[in-house]
Amino acid sequence: MKLSKFIIPLACLTLVACSDDDDPPANVVDPTPTPTEAMIKITATNLTHAQPLSPIGVALHKEGQFWQLGEAASDALEVLAEGGDNSGLLGLDVVQTKASTDSPLAPGAKAELMLSQDSLADQKLSVITMMVNTNDGFTGLNALDVSSMSVGEEMRFVTYAYDAGTEANTEASGTIPGPADGGEGFNAEREAINKVAMHPGVVGQDDGLSGSVLTSEHKFDNPLMAITITRMK
Amino acid sequence: MKTRILSLIAGSLFASGAANAASLEVKVTNLTQGIYFTPILVSAHTSDAMLFSTGEKASDALQAMAEGGSLDGLSEILTGISANTVTNPAGGLLAPVASTMATLETSDGNDRLSIVAMMLPTNDGFIGLNSWKIPSEAGTYHVYLNAYDAGTEANNELVVDGSGAPGTLGIPASPGEAPGTQGSGVTNTEANQMVHIHRGNLGDDEATGGKSDLHNTVHRWLNPVAKVTVTVK
Repeated sequence: MKLSKFIIPLACLTLVACSDDDDPPANVVDPTPTPTEAMIKITATNLTHAQPLSPIGVALHKEGQFWQLGEAASDALEVLAEGGDNSGLLGLDVVQTKASTDSPLAPGAKAELMLSQDSLADQKLSVITMMVNTNDGFTGLNALDVSSMSVGEEMRFVTYAYDAGTEANTEASGTIPGPADGGEGFNAEREAINKVAMHPGVVGQDDGLSGSVLTSEHKFDNPLMAITITRMK
Repeated sequence: MKTRILSLIAGSLFASGAANAASLEVKVTNLTQGIYFTPILVSAHTSDAMLFSTGEKASDALQAMAEGGSLDGLSEILTGISANTVTNPAGGLLAPVASTMATLETSDGNDRLSIVAMMLPTNDGFIGLNSWKIPSEAGTYHVYLNAYDAGTEANNELVVDGSGAPGTLGIPASPGEAPGTQGSGVTNTEANQMVHIHRGNLGDDEATGGKSDLHNTVHRWLNPVAKVTVTVK
């Protein structure tokens, strides 16, 4: 089933290419048709026990990074990491093509996203999402070079947990936007750290943080997501 | 005399096909949000040497590094085996999400790279890169390091002045956010006395008393804890 789905668009592409080609075959120097359009499929799996991931955002861009370890988070990253809203990052000027799932990705669930672009030359892929039962935890891929992927090629990655460093990890009632709390998302105020780092994990009330709305259920460890990138055409 | 010995060594290495001298840049980044690294040791050595082995007891020199940050013992051993070593490239502690750079000219045959530094605040935790094969091809390589426990001291998580000496129970210092006081101690035993993956700090949420002097929202981490970027010229 999957195979036939895959072959049909390829066949269409070949036909279209042929119909546009008025030159006699003898004049064709390179028999390999140059794809006029590149498409990649991103499959993301939520590997956590009970951390829904905010709508998964994916973007192709030639420049820039969604985050830099040791640097202050951009405002767009802070909005994503504290409230799960990816529109600011996906709306950055450098972004050439973008896509997002409509709803959060539940623990154990899988989502597929497609990105099309004229060419993959110089393109970098970023994937971004928040662990919604945290104060400002996020995960994803940051400006991964996909420019040399050939059609049919597949790459697999796992993602790590990062902390935006913009909101203290109090885990207190009213500070976490996910279903564990239903509290506040983005708040422009920044904590003293104000640097992106790797996430130290959530503590939770079961593990000694008495004021936490989180429990052992919400703990996670690296990696957070499994990601498969496939160049479809 | 010296020249003759060196040429003999070089001759035997060429015969066995060992790697030639290389010029390396080694960047170490602290990925954590709240853990400091004591002076870092970066060393290129022969493949028959190891600074530590998981599942085996720590050497006295490794213990001194892991419990108090001292590089004296390891440096002496490395000098004895003609390793190429840089100590303390950061000129002191490497703060959370900070980076430091070491430049290393390796001699023929010193084709393995090892890196260690104590993690503060821990009892005997350290970052470790263990006899990593230096690629012969020029390029930039990324390696992520885990946190190890030397297995030589119980993780009581109590900050005690002067406890950096091997065999003296306690954490010698807690840079950054001030630690708690008057903890009762998390544990007094170390059941696994072999070098193993660190189970992480526990911490608690009490500034005074509780089990631990560490804070559970500040002093925990998830692996990996350090990123090493090696540029082979």
